[in-house]
Amino acid sequence: MNFDDTPQEAEFRATARAWIGANAPKQYEDELRKSSLGRTVLKNANILEVAKAWQKRKADAGWACLHWPKEYGGRGASPIERVIWSQEEGPFGQLSRMFIIGHGMCGPTMMAFAREEHKRTYLPPLASGEKVWCQLFSEPAGGSDVAGLRTRAEKDGDDWVINGQKIWTSGAHYSDYGILLTRTDPTVPKHKGLTMFFLDMKSLGVEVRPIKQASGASDFNEVYFTDVRIPDHQRLGEVGDGWNVSLTTLMNERSAIGAAVSTGFPELFEYCSSLMLDDGPAIEDRAVRSKLANWAVKASGLKYTSMRAISALSRGERPGPENSIGKLVAGSMIQDVATYALDLQGASGVISGENAELAGRFQAMLLRAPGTRVEGGTDEIMRNIIAERVLGLPGDIRVDKDVPFNKIPTKGRG
Amino acid sequence: MNFDFSDDQKQLRDQARKFLAEKCSPKAVRVVLDGKAPYDKELWKGLAEMGFLGVAIPEEFGGAGAGHLELCVIAEEMGRANAPVPFSSTVYLAAEALLIAGSDAQKKKWLPAIASGEAIGTLALFEGKGNPAPKNVKLTAANGVLNGVKKPVADGAIADFAVVAARTGSSGRDGDISLFLVDFKAGGVEVKSLTNLDPTRGQAEITFKDAKAEPLGAAGEGWSILTQVLDRAAVLCAFEQVGGADRALEMGRDYALDRIAFGRQIGSFQAVKHMLADMYVSATLARSNSYYGAWALSTNAAELPEAAAAARISATQAFQHCAKNNIQVHGGMGFTWEFDCHMYYRRANAMALGLGSLSYWEDQLIDRMRKKNAA
Repeated sequence: MNFDDTPQEAEFRATARAWIGANAPKQYEDELRKSSLGRTVLKNANILEVAKAWQKRKADAGWACLHWPKEYGGRGASPIERVIWSQEEGPFGQLSRMFIIGHGMCGPTMMAFAREEHKRTYLPPLASGEKVWCQLFSEPAGGSDVAGLRTRAEKDGDDWVINGQKIWTSGAHYSDYGILLTRTDPTVPKHKGLTMFFLDMKSLGVEVRPIKQASGASDFNEVYFTDVRIPDHQRLGEVGDGWNVSLTTLMNERSAIGAAVSTGFPELFEYCSSLMLDDGPAIEDRAVRSKLANWAVKASGLKYTSMRAISALSRGERPGPENSIGKLVAGSMIQDVATYALDLQGASGVISGENAELAGRFQAMLLRAPGTRVEGGTDEIMRNIIAERVLGLPGDIRVDKDVPFNKIPTKGRG
Repeated sequence: MNFDFSDDQKQLRDQARKFLAEKCSPKAVRVVLDGKAPYDKELWKGLAEMGFLGVAIPEEFGGAGAGHLELCVIAEEMGRANAPVPFSSTVYLAAEALLIAGSDAQKKKWLPAIASGEAIGTLALFEGKGNPAPKNVKLTAANGVLNGVKKPVADGAIADFAVVAARTGSSGRDGDISLFLVDFKAGGVEVKSLTNLDPTRGQAEITFKDAKAEPLGAAGEGWSILTQVLDRAAVLCAFEQVGGADRALEMGRDYALDRIAFGRQIGSFQAVKHMLADMYVSATLARSNSYYGAWALSTNAAELPEAAAAARISATQAFQHCAKNNIQVHGGMGFTWEFDCHMYYRRANAMALGLGSLSYWEDQLIDRMRKKNAA
């Protein structure tokens, strides 16, 4: 049992470290380091431009999308090299956030289902960050139940005509392309009538509207489709096989092993270490210590769970299912941590923004946290996944499984 | 990076699991549970023959000379099987105290006897209510004899010897405490069994009346040695707890698959599924924290105090959580003496207190994290 690199890993790490040291945009390092909680914002620069420039620089030197094949803009690196890279990239990895969906979900789906000429055309600029992609799955009527989506695609000559609405699309407002899951046949059960496409987001009839979130910020969008035409050669997979195609996409969603998940714990521990309460230092208060200890072992448990997965990669094995707990644990923890940090501030905890304690860091965390527990699979979906795929418990009983989609009830009450 | 056990160590774990599945069935555990024997003597003998009792004891003292990682994987299986033997008292506490502080003569006398299964040892630290703290040690040592009362002492009623914490000063500092070795055959020791939460692991009250004792380690070093012993034991117990948590989770999962209610497997209800998913989460966090503790223990790393406290807290929580919810998944049958669920519930809650309670270790963890940050 050890934490040491193998000689090859050490060599790769040294090469990566040297290149990052010589090329990373160091002027933003401090800001990026502090921006681990929710949004990444740079005061005096456009984050989008900085992120694209960094991604392009990486791509030109062969450091973009490490695990992708070289012919599609990657490096053909091993999974463990990808982990080592992300450890070395450190705070600059924050700049990859706008590419996560494209690199983590759209790219792998294109690789598995697009025509060869499309792969060669579209994947390299996706890897280099010159083109940004988004994923158009969720709808008002289909969140956790993605297969309940209603956006229609109807064949018209060699084209498909799209009408409907998507929601919760991250980055649609700055995306060039998207992968789109549609319903092509409403007369068969819901999982059987779906078809996947990719499209140019500048296509006629695509309208992107930002969503104002409960936190007040806008990171997501609604996307409306009105008679949008997509040529049939941009179809991914067979007609009616969209559900299977989407599983490829979704399986890639949370597979970023070794990516640090924010729990809020280091920030809380640091805060409590210097905070004075009415009757003494917070860190010497029995109740505070008990809370901190409980969160400390969750944070360290996640860290070492991730180390176990990395070790499996290092041995050339597939990591076990234990990594599936990360998002579930971290999501509700960051919410609890933020709530407690404000509790420690007493009545003044209500003040948010730049003039609040620590520039409102914990207040911002609290307001962002509900989204963390919903996006990319709700806590409940994550528990279902653990129960079904890890523990082997039966799937939910689905009353709409064999019912034609257009016969499924659409309203609860009245 | 290889933050995992080696193939040989995993093989040893499989070997221990197979051995315990055969020799330590729930039926065998029940003999002790029902008070028909103080511990499973046959199993104890078998563990000695397999080399498990002395796995971390050097060969020169009659052990297998493997190491703490090997002991960790065996500990996990002992927890999984809910083994009714004085393994933790003898191997994690008494043997580790001897390894840390024993003289050559003391090691020669006791370690081979532990490895061969001839001697059962324990640690006599607590004196009634309270957690490990120098001020709670009132038993006195003077002129080579001990006077005072220790309780609870795990496996005290079946022990042949004990490592005893005694007061040798009154300055109010850690240096007031020294450790002693007491051979129960030498007289002056009265032992009384106490009823306790987990009858598969006995607890006793031991009265020392001019009991002959020899120093273990230097005078005034007792608290420092004890802290090291408790840290090591915290990691090793964490593996037992991880094994127990995993077993309780498995029992709950199996029952949820087998039991039909309202015309369907109860494991298809989200209320039940999600409870089991949460059990898996806490068991996984505990396992990962315990692996870190194992690494720190096996390399004698400076991180051991913090790693041990984290493993202790996480594994205690996981075992308690899995054991109680295993009963909940089983419903009414889980609350019968006949079903095995309560054995794990008892063990989980007894283990949560054995080395000092959860709140004590929470306090320790924060102290140790602060020390590290200050350094």
